[in-house]
Amino acid sequence: MESLLLKNIDNPASAEIGEYRKTGGYQSLAKAVEMEPKQIVDEVKKAGLRGRGGAGFPVAMKWTFASADPKFPKYLLCNADEGEPGTFKDRPILEKNPHLLIEGMAISGHALKAEYGYIYLRGEYPAAKHILEKAIQQAYEENMLGSNILGKGIKFHLAVHQGAGAYICGEETALIESLEGDKGQPRIKPPFPVNVGVFSRPTVVNNVETLSNLPCIIGMGGEAYSKIGTPDCPGPKIFCISGHVEKPGVYELPMGTKLRDIIYTHCGGIKGGKKLKAVIPGGISTPVLPPDKIDCPMDFVNMPKHGSMLGSGAVIVMDDSVCMVRVCHRALRFFEHESCGKCTPCREGTGWLRAILGRIEEGEGMEGDIDMLLAVAANMLGKTFCPLGDGAASVVQNFIRYFRPEFEEHIKARKCTVNG
Amino acid sequence: MFTSASIKELEKIRAKYPTSRAALLPAIYIAQREFGWLSPEAYEAVADILEVPKATVRGVATFYAMYKQRPIGRHLIQLCTNVSCMILGAEKLVDFLKNSYGIVPGGVSSDGRYSLVIMECIGACGTAPAMLVNDDFYEDLTEKYIAEILDKYK
Ligand SMILES: Cc1cc2nc3c(=O)[nH]c(=O)nc-3n(C[C@H](O)[C@H](O)[C@H](O)COP(=O)(O)O)c2cc1C
Ligand code: SF4
Repeated sequence: MESLLLKNIDNPASAEIGEYRKTGGYQSLAKAVEMEPKQIVDEVKKAGLRGRGGAGFPVAMKWTFASADPKFPKYLLCNADEGEPGTFKDRPILEKNPHLLIEGMAISGHALKAEYGYIYLRGEYPAAKHILEKAIQQAYEENMLGSNILGKGIKFHLAVHQGAGAYICGEETALIESLEGDKGQPRIKPPFPVNVGVFSRPTVVNNVETLSNLPCIIGMGGEAYSKIGTPDCPGPKIFCISGHVEKPGVYELPMGTKLRDIIYTHCGGIKGGKKLKAVIPGGISTPVLPPDKIDCPMDFVNMPKHGSMLGSGAVIVMDDSVCMVRVCHRALRFFEHESCGKCTPCREGTGWLRAILGRIEEGEGMEGDIDMLLAVAANMLGKTFCPLGDGAASVVQNFIRYFRPEFEEHIKARKCTVNG
Repeated sequence: MFTSASIKELEKIRAKYPTSRAALLPAIYIAQREFGWLSPEAYEAVADILEVPKATVRGVATFYAMYKQRPIGRHLIQLCTNVSCMILGAEKLVDFLKNSYGIVPGGVSSDGRYSLVIMECIGACGTAPAMLVNDDFYEDLTEKYIAEILDKYK
């Protein structure tokens, strides 16, 4: 498949507006400013675009809700928090193809009649901040952003807002709190951001990759775009593969590419010809899969049928030298650290899970610990304020589901049975 | 008190938002840059300029991992040990930093040259293990490579 999102990233000057325009950049915006906002939303609907931030929510539906709200001004926020461990798919767009995102945001801004946009960028991407700010300035100079875009009287202003190292700020209402200058703790829903979002105005939050699809959709038309990928989840998808494969990295492939093909065909198989032990298919919050469960099409509809989720498309591959207790413990250390503290099941539960996993790993696990882990997880699932807590609980449940004997051996042998 | 250059910079940032409160995160970054860490004076400066209570500034700042509540070394090493980096040896690199440079996670080397912070995923998983030194990414790390890198930061 020809790259649509990662086009030109091998060109060292790809972040320059001149280079971007050489290969058709900003032509979709020129087309979009001649369209009515509703027509753009209709194209996105025909395209069947789903959000790439993890949940796969239909973009046209979210946009229709925001458009229906009579309050103005409206805001468009780009979620560039990319905090889900294993995920590095937005970074190449931000660093190498910033104008694709800016063009996508300008088109989306017009579609939503949103006058202001912010890119909420994680603090851990300092290089991307400078690249984006320079690209935004270039876009202003060439009239692709501002109060009179391409002379058509359309207004869309864009700025970068830098986060400061909190994973929870990737959750859209926490992101809004953080943008407003507060602690990034999620808000209760409803009201939904499409009605009461940032600065109490209708707000659409979309992921970097989601918004970067807009130039393609407007360029080729929603109908043609919908033929890429699977019928329920059309379009290209950026997968990012890390861990024990021969060729880790980012791969733009059609949505619905099988997990096995990603690992064995595109990434060249397991490093050093070793044996596959486990795969986390969509970022650390998604359920781990054992080797016999990787024949699943990677999209938002099919992955849940195969016991996991597409998440951010961040595939972490582990060979048989990896201890599952250790990985599970490391994951829970992450969740405990990132729990925002707002609700008790998550704030307390992540700490307990981490502590019990830690003692099992250190050879101090006790009989009954596995059941206690499951009991704590069950008391969190569905009872937390936002999906972070659910994610933490389901990680533990799934590691135990597929690798319970390994946990038991650790407790019995009073040490790590994988790496001695 | 902020320098006049920082005050100007902050005014520009404020103009990007409909409320001055929204400039709080950027203002804390500027304070950290100017004062080296979030000292009482730094908090005071932010609170004064944005007309936000000092307790609010502190409450917000302590929520975020990248705001420094203690003085740090001249160079900040941010090393990832999350799963993708861990399974490719990141924890051995933590030991290496401790044994060869005397830097422990959360600490400063005795000569004040380096600080080490353990990170939760810095988005360089395909080239793990990885770290940031100040604003620069370093990937595919080995002990030898780390030694070469750190040499450059005096
Ligand atoms: C704990 C948590 C972390 C999240 N982190 C991110 C993130 O880093 N990037 C992102 O785009 N979406 C993230 N999301 C999803 C957002 O809440 C939101 O659904 C998404 O930005 C919507 O954009 P999309 O429809 O284009 O996917 C996160 C959600 C949760 C619950
Ligand atoms: S589930 Fe965790 S992260 Fe989400 S609101 Fe509750 S404490 Fe905060």
